[in-house]
Amino acid sequence: MENCKIIAQDFNFYYGATKVLKNITMRIPENKVTGIIGPSGCGKSTFLRSINRMNDTIVGARGEGRIVLDGRNIYDQDIDVVDIRRKVGMVFQKSNPFPKSIFDNVAYGLRINGEKDKYRIEEAVAKSLKDAALWDEVKDRLHKNAFELSGGQQQRLCIARALAVQPEVLLMDEPASALDPTATLKIEELMQELKKQYTIIIVTHNMQQAARISDFTAFFMLGELVEFDMTTTLFTKPSKKITEDYITGRFG
Amino acid sequence: MKRVRLKEFFGFWFLRACFGTVVLALCVILCDIIVKGHGRISWEFLTTAPKNGMTEGGIFPAIAGTFLVTLITAVLAVPLGMGCAIYLNEYATDTILNRAIRMSIRNLSGVPSIVYGLFGVILFVQMMKFGTCVLSAGLTLGMMTLPWTITSSEEALKNVPKSYRDGSLALGATKWQTIKTNVLPYAVPGMLTGTILGLSRAAGETAPILFTGAAFFLPHTPGSVFDQFMALPYHLYIMSTQHHAITKVRPIAYGTALTLIALIFLINLSAVIMRYHLRKLKTE
Repeated sequence: MENCKIIAQDFNFYYGATKVLKNITMRIPENKVTGIIGPSGCGKSTFLRSINRMNDTIVGARGEGRIVLDGRNIYDQDIDVVDIRRKVGMVFQKSNPFPKSIFDNVAYGLRINGEKDKYRIEEAVAKSLKDAALWDEVKDRLHKNAFELSGGQQQRLCIARALAVQPEVLLMDEPASALDPTATLKIEELMQELKKQYTIIIVTHNMQQAARISDFTAFFMLGELVEFDMTTTLFTKPSKKITEDYITGRFG
Repeated sequence: MKRVRLKEFFGFWFLRACFGTVVLALCVILCDIIVKGHGRISWEFLTTAPKNGMTEGGIFPAIAGTFLVTLITAVLAVPLGMGCAIYLNEYATDTILNRAIRMSIRNLSGVPSIVYGLFGVILFVQMMKFGTCVLSAGLTLGMMTLPWTITSSEEALKNVPKSYRDGSLALGATKWQTIKTNVLPYAVPGMLTGTILGLSRAAGETAPILFTGAAFFLPHTPGSVFDQFMALPYHLYIMSTQHHAITKVRPIAYGTALTLIALIFLINLSAVIMRYHLRKLKTE
C-alpha cells in the first residue's frame, strides 16, 4: 500500500461504559480519499472525530489504544490537542459558518493562530476560497455575513475555513448530506482536487458517493471495522458476506 | 367538528381574557401613578432636597443615592456574575458538586430580599465594619443581584450553538480563544440584558438597604461611599407609611413613585438599546 498518513492500532472508544469502537486497526494512505461507510450508529463518525480528538469535548468519552499521525500517537499524554487539530482539519455534517463575514470566517483560523499581517491574511483567505471553489461566487461580497450564502456555499466556506490553516488531513463528516445534488456534485469534484494536497477521510451515508469519490473504502458495523480495501475491490469483490449484503442494499 | 370549533373558541377567549386581565392591572397601576404623580414632577422637584420636615421640596438626594448604590451594585454584580457564569457554563464539569452549586445559585435568586438585608448588616456593616453606608448597601444589593446575573448570563451562553465552539476548536483554537472570540461576542448582548434587568430590580429594592445604609432624611447627597444616603424606594416607603402627615405628603409620594418607575424604565430601555446595537455590530 502507499504511504500511510494515519495508522489506527487496536483503537477502542467508549462513551461512559458503552464501547462504541472495537479494536479498530486501519492504515489510511496519504493523499487519497478514504471513505467510511456503514449503517447508522456503527461508529463511523466517532472514529472520524477520534482522529482530531474532537470527541474530547464530549463528557465521559474516552479513547484507548493508538492512532498514529506521522509517527506520533495522538493519544499520548504529552500531545497538545491544539497542534493535532491544526494538522487535522474538519468539516462538519451541518455546515457551521460563524455569524461573521465571509472574510472573517476564513480568516478566523489564521487569526487565532497568531497571524496579524493584514496582507498575508488577505492572501490566505483568497487562496483558501479559490481552493474551495468558492472565490468566484463571493469575491465581490467578502464582507457580507456568511449566513447569506446558500447551503452548498456555506459548506464550501467551511471547507475554505478549514483549508486556511493549512492542515495536512481533512476530515469530512457527511459533508453533503444536507445539500442538493448540484451542490453535492460540486463538493465531490472539489475533493478530487483537494486530495492532491491533503489526505481526506470522509464519512458518508451514501454508498454511491463513496464509490464515486473514494480511493479506499472502509466498512464499519457495530463498532467494528469489517472490511477495508481499495474502493473498486470492496464494491466489486468484497471478501466478506456481510459487506456484500450491505453494499447490495440487503440491509442498512 | 362543531365541538372542536367550540372548544377552540373558548380556549382562545380564555387566553385572551388572561392577557386582558394582566394588561388591565398594569394599566390601572401605571395610570394611577402617572395621573397623581405627574403634577408633582418639576425641575425643582428633581433637583432639590426635601424641606420643612419633608412636606415640601424635592427628592434629589434620593435620586442621587439610588444612583450611587446601583453603581456599586453594578461594579460588584456585573463582572463577578459574568465571570461566574462563564466558568459554570464553559469550564465546570458535570459533577454532583457543581450541580449542587448551580442549584443553590438558582435557589438564592428566590430568597426574600429582607434576608439579604440581614446578611448585609452582619457581613458588611458589622463584621467588615463599613457601617451603615452607600458601600454596605451597594454590596448587599450586589449579593442579591448576583444569582440573577449568573443565571441569566448562563442562559445567554447556553444559547450560543455548540457548532460555533466545535468549529473553532477544530481549527486549532484553545478553549479560551474559542470562548473569547467565538462564544462571548454572541453571548454578551444577552448577558448584558439579563444583568441590567437584575440591576433595575436592585434599584427598586427597599428591604436590603433598610438596615445597611438608607437614611430617613438627609439634606445632602453622600460625600463618600462611607456616608448614609437617601434612596427612592425607601423614601417612597417613608412618604407613604411613616411620615407624620401622610395625607399632606401623598403627592410627593406619588411623584417619588413616578420618578422611580421612570428611572427603572430608563435602565431597562438602555438594556434594549444596548442589545440592539451589539447585535447589529456582531452580525454586520
